[in-house]
This record gives sequence, C-alpha cells and structure tokens, in this order.
Amino acid sequence: MPLIDIQHLAFDINGKRILQDLTLTIEGQEIHALLGSNGSGKSTLAYVLMGCTGFAPTSGQMTFKGMDLGPLPMFERARLGMTLAWQEPARFEGVTVFQYVRLGKADIDPAPYLNRVGLSPDMYGNRFVDKSLSGGERKRIELAAVLAMKPLFAILDEPTAGIDMLSVQEMMNVIRSFKEEGASVLLITHQETIALMADQASQLCGGRIIASGNPKDMAEQYKQGSCVRCDGKTCLPSPIAK
Amino acid sequence: MRELKILTDTFQSLGGDPEVFQNRHIAHMAASGHRLVSQREIPGVTIDAQETGDGITNTLIIEKGKHIELPIHLCLGITEKTGIQRIQTRLVIEEGASASFLAHCLFPFVESGEHRMDATLEIKEGAHVRYNESHYQGTCGGMVVVPKAMVSVGPGAQYFSDFSLVKGRVGQLHIDYVVQVATSAVAELTSKVFGRGNDIIHIKEKMILAGEYARGLIKTRVALEHNAQGEMTGIMEAHAKGARGHVDCREIIKDCAIGRAIPIVQVTHPEAKVTHEAAIGTVDKKELETLMAHGLDPQQATELIVSGMLQ
Repeated sequence: MPLIDIQHLAFDINGKRILQDLTLTIEGQEIHALLGSNGSGKSTLAYVLMGCTGFAPTSGQMTFKGMDLGPLPMFERARLGMTLAWQEPARFEGVTVFQYVRLGKADIDPAPYLNRVGLSPDMYGNRFVDKSLSGGERKRIELAAVLAMKPLFAILDEPTAGIDMLSVQEMMNVIRSFKEEGASVLLITHQETIALMADQASQLCGGRIIASGNPKDMAEQYKQGSCVRCDGKTCLPSPIAK
Repeated sequence: MRELKILTDTFQSLGGDPEVFQNRHIAHMAASGHRLVSQREIPGVTIDAQETGDGITNTLIIEKGKHIELPIHLCLGITEKTGIQRIQTRLVIEEGASASFLAHCLFPFVESGEHRMDATLEIKEGAHVRYNESHYQGTCGGMVVVPKAMVSVGPGAQYFSDFSLVKGRVGQLHIDYVVQVATSAVAELTSKVFGRGNDIIHIKEKMILAGEYARGLIKTRVALEHNAQGEMTGIMEAHAKGARGHVDCREIIKDCAIGRAIPIVQVTHPEAKVTHEAAIGTVDKKELETLMAHGLDPQQATELIVSGMLQ
C-alpha cells in the first residue's frame, strides 16, 4: 500500500478548475519531486493534501497509509505524521526559534535540529520568528521544525527558494535525511536541478500530472519547456514520459 | 505592614521577586491607595514623595551622569475591594544619566476602583531611560485606570517605554501619552493589552518628532475577546530634517469584540518621513495553519499566536 495515494483529484476555486484528474502515489521512504512552472498547481496540491482551509477537494480521493484524508482536519493530519513547510514561512511575533522548533514535539532538544539546517542554536535559539529574520533564515527554521516533528510524510514547498547558493547543497542533504529517518517527501520545486535528488518525479501542468518517471527524464523534459505555455487543455505528455 | 505584604505577594504571584523591596542597592517606592508604604533612595536617586488625600505626589530624580545599574521599582496599587488612587509624579533623568524602571500597578482584589496617574518625564540631553510598566487589575473588571504622561526626550536621549496589561481583566483603561522628541533622540512606546468580558480600552499615544534626526516608534498590540472594545490612536508628527517615525498597530479580535485603530501621521518637513501599518481582525490564517501543520489544534494555535503577540 502506498503511503500517499491520490486518485482522480479535482479542485475548483470560484468555478475555475485548478487541479484536474490528478493521480499520484508516493511510497514509504520515497522522495518524490513535483516539477511545474508558476501557476501549474503545485502549491495548491500541497494545500489540498494538507487540508488547508478553503482547499477541500471537489472530487477524487486521497489516502494516507490507507486512511481517507477527506474528513480529517489539518491538525489531525499533522498528528498522523503529515506536515507542510510553506514556500513563504509565516512570521510569529513573540515566539522564539526554540519554541517554534518544539511545536510538534515539546520534549525534544531543538539545538541539534538547528545545527542540521546550518543555524547556530546560540545565535538563533532565543530570537523571535518574526520579521527580524530573513526569508532564508525562516525557511531553515521551518525545515528544522519539520525535522523535529519526525514526520512520516513532509510536503516541502520550494525548500531551496531564497536559500543562498552556497547553502543549497546543505539543504539538499537535509532533505535526504528525511528519507534516511524513514520519512517520505513531496519535494515541490520549479528547479530541475533540485528534482534530480529525488527517487521519483512528476510534472504538473495545468493542474494535471502530465508525466511521472525517473527524475532525470522528468527534469530533462521540464528543462525543454515542453509545457511552459500550456493552458491545461492543449498540453500533451512528452514522448519520454511514462 | 499589611498593604506592602499584599502588594509584594501579588507581585510575586505574577513572577516578580519580592526581595527587590529588601535589597539596599535597589531604589523603590511603594504606595497603596494614598498611603506611602515603603521607599528607598540609593546614591544617585532621590525620591521626594508625599501622601495626599487620595493618592501620592512624588518627584524622583536621577542625578546627572549617574548610571543606575539595577532597575528602580515603583509599586502602586489598591489592596482593598474599593478605592481611589491618584498619583502625581515627576521623573527627572538628568543629563547623561541612565536608569531603568519597573513599575507594577497592582489592584488584585478591587471590585470598584480608580487609579489616575499624571506623570511628567523629563529626560535630559544624552540620558537613557527604559520604563516598563505592568498592570494587574484583578478578575472583576471593576477598575478604571487613567494614565496620562507628558514626556520630553532631550537631544541625543533615548526613551523606551513598555506598557503591559495582559493578565486578568482590564475594566476600563484610558491611556493618554504625549512624547516630544528632540534632535537625534530616540523614543519608542510599546503597549500590550488583552481585553476580555466587557473591558474598554482606549490608547492614545502621540509622538512629536521635533528635532532633526529624531526617531520614534509607536507600537500597539491588543487582543480582544468576548464583548471587549478597543480603540487605539497613534499620532506621529515629524517636523524636522531627517526625522523618522513609524506607527505599528495590530489587534486580534475574537467573539463579539470590537477593535478600531486610528493612525494619524503628519509631516511638515520635506526631509522627514513617517510610515504606519495597522492590522485588525481575526488570527492570521497562514500563521494559524502553519501551527496546525505542526499538530496544534485551532485553540492551541490561537493561544500561541495571541500570547506571542503580547509577549
């Protein structure tokens, strides 16, 4: 049984179809890259999967470990072992970095998790997760908090966006460590070089998965821009896609 | 003395260290109603306090160039179920001096009471003051608190004020502060209040950046629930070259509470600049959902966001 099983998922907003007939499976301990250009529906899929307010599916089914996700509110999905790291992490006045990293598991020592994302616990632990931190710093903190949850399934929305070039490799190592610790990752990205680290990859276009397969093929197809101008109706899967 | 014990016990229950009133290196003044219950001067700090019919009048002076290491404690309150306390206070921080104040205004058992404060703060050239004022007004909602302050921040001086009333009930709170900021001086006013029940909160803070390169910030954080009502008015004026000011108001509203924010900015010099931001409404959806994605239920997430904002 796959860890995540999405079958014929559709999602409409204001009468407009954003996700259509979307089918995707993710196995245990799999890093699955989801490639797609801006507006292709990658983040929407993340919100629908996580159960964000206003993102209930129009039709289709989603299961986690065989369990129907439909009736479960977001926090219950998180308590089952799912989580989401937003592309643009929120700011929290008055909440320290240590507090934030402990959100999911109150009894852990947050310091090692900060070290793993390249932040000094001494320098950052007592700072607030507010606008005094840069977007890149907040992304690292978010990643540390997700690691500390020890999830079974983490949706990472553009985890390397806003991270300085020298640290991207470091972040990729952190993403790999999820798998080493038994978790699966849905790695949302529009950078084909990042997708290459995955075990499997899918390309999303116009709200549909147009191809799935090995990351190298998917990255190559994505790089060729075969679907960049697609309107969701006229796009056709590339010949190399499975 | 019974009143002092009630005040120090309340102070301790709110996380304070009652030993500060015994420490001979810490200046303090404590008053219950119109009774002056304890007072200590230390080198560099003079306190002249008198009882009046319904309160206390006092002048506290930090001598020129003195750096007062430990915070000066001002403990004011009413220890009975009813009472009136009117405080007239004048704080003078002389040239180049520095000090921090911890003011505790405690009304733990009041069912019907009134506390009025008329304060003038004179922060002379190059002086540095941090003034933290925390209130506890019991659980009845029967207090009416009216603090008024006129503050002058001299050239190159720094003034940081932090007002906090986040535990228990507010009752009625009517803050009215005016701060005049001179050349190259810095002033920051921060207010954090949590209103519940039928509490009424009015905060009016005005900052006048009169001198060149003066800097000012008015920051207000208010949470309102049940039927509480709040109105925050932040007025920032900049009248000189290089003056910079900002008004930042955030209110979180729950239940049937009503919040209003009125930022007023006025600039009369082409090289001055004032900005403002105000956000009123329910808890931010993204903040809430971020916390829920970490397993907090909606109530836990809301509590964390509100307590963080009022931190």
